[in-house]
Amino acid sequence: MQTPTPGLPAFDYTRPASLSEASQLLAEQAGEARPFMGGTDIFVQMRDGVVRSRTLVDVKHLPGMRDILYDEGMGLTVGAAATMNDAARHPDVQTRYPLLAEAAHSVASYQVRNRATIGGNLCNASPCADASLATLVLEGRVIVYGPGGEREMAVGEFFVGPGETSLQAGEFMTAIRYPVPPVGAAGRYLKLGRSKAGDLAIVSVAVLGFPDEGVPSGYRFRIGLGSVAPTVVRAPQAEAVLMENPPGEETFALAAERAMEAAAPIDDVRASAAYRRAMVRNLALRGLRQVGERIG
Amino acid sequence: MAIHSITVTVNGSREYLTVPSHVTLLQMLRERLALTGTKNGCEAGECGACTVLVDGEPVNSCMMLAVEADGREVTTVEGLAREGQLSPLQEAFVAHNAVQCGFCTPGVLISARALLERNPHPSGEEIREALVGNLCRCTGYLRIVQAVQAAAEEGGAK
Repeated sequence: MQTPTPGLPAFDYTRPASLSEASQLLAEQAGEARPFMGGTDIFVQMRDGVVRSRTLVDVKHLPGMRDILYDEGMGLTVGAAATMNDAARHPDVQTRYPLLAEAAHSVASYQVRNRATIGGNLCNASPCADASLATLVLEGRVIVYGPGGEREMAVGEFFVGPGETSLQAGEFMTAIRYPVPPVGAAGRYLKLGRSKAGDLAIVSVAVLGFPDEGVPSGYRFRIGLGSVAPTVVRAPQAEAVLMENPPGEETFALAAERAMEAAAPIDDVRASAAYRRAMVRNLALRGLRQVGERIG
Repeated sequence: MAIHSITVTVNGSREYLTVPSHVTLLQMLRERLALTGTKNGCEAGECGACTVLVDGEPVNSCMMLAVEADGREVTTVEGLAREGQLSPLQEAFVAHNAVQCGFCTPGVLISARALLERNPHPSGEEIREALVGNLCRCTGYLRIVQAVQAAAEEGGAK
């Protein structure tokens, strides 16, 4: 980490007129140019000397990048440059994807939420990222534009490791698509930080539950964990417990234990691995109880 | 190094500037326009001392490029008073002793102003939530919250 000095290191800012121009710029300057969204992650990284870029390619203004649209057939499409506040206060997000609204609302502060974007959050690929965890549990798909045109993939495939995504040279994210939620679904985004609000997640747990007559318990749950593995992760063993056993305190407690076992946390400045493991269990249990109550 | 010619309306006045790409809005306000009310507290988007309104919405000016303010309207703390008269919010801060060292105050006033615009009658909890991104090391926030509530009762974001 270099000694901080006021301001940002020098770079060139450019605002391409089209998706293809943006992609071309990024491809031509691969390794030296990067897409520029809210800047809330990369400016910090640039000042710390962790990131160096010759060119920032602003893509926020390109068509559709800030749109949030709901369609009965396709579900929710969130432009990659939609801010956290855009998502948190959008009526369709609040009513149909409250888990995403809750996650977006939990980010940092109101000021940061006016700049931080859903797409930027995903592309920064921190395992603490709130929008990433919500998107994983909502089984969102990311849409990426590049030299070969558009491609899409499940968000779980998008994250490769801490700070690493499967974006190729010349590519940038344009949108995230969230499928129509299952009927009767309820969810909660539980985030534990050093303070009540405004902090990064020490541990985060996202729980989504919905009735499903196709499984023995009559209910399916999705459980996602943040800040306790190289990427955001699901807890499949916990989910299996909830599929097989009738909902209730005993099942929830067992599932919370399994969720804890799915975590592989590390010690860092914010918390120890042991604390994180225990908090996964506590947050998962809390989330299951709260969601359980709402889905009957 | 790329240079950009921009037009930014700051506190109602149109400013024509030429800025390199990497200059932040904070630097532009303080160093180019001598509007030093907005403070540099952390340059990491955490403390909120640099909060300004851009098109009516609070942002950390340390986390935004000057070039991005092209064509937009920026309001700083200097823009809150009208013709030498403090705004009701500012008056309330004075009346309720919500200022100690004053370093956080410009950012707090901007955030509070924006809060009252979107929520004219906030609860104490809503005020605290809106001010999560404005750190104060002096006051313990109590009188800040009281001042914002008093200003809300008087009917004034302005």
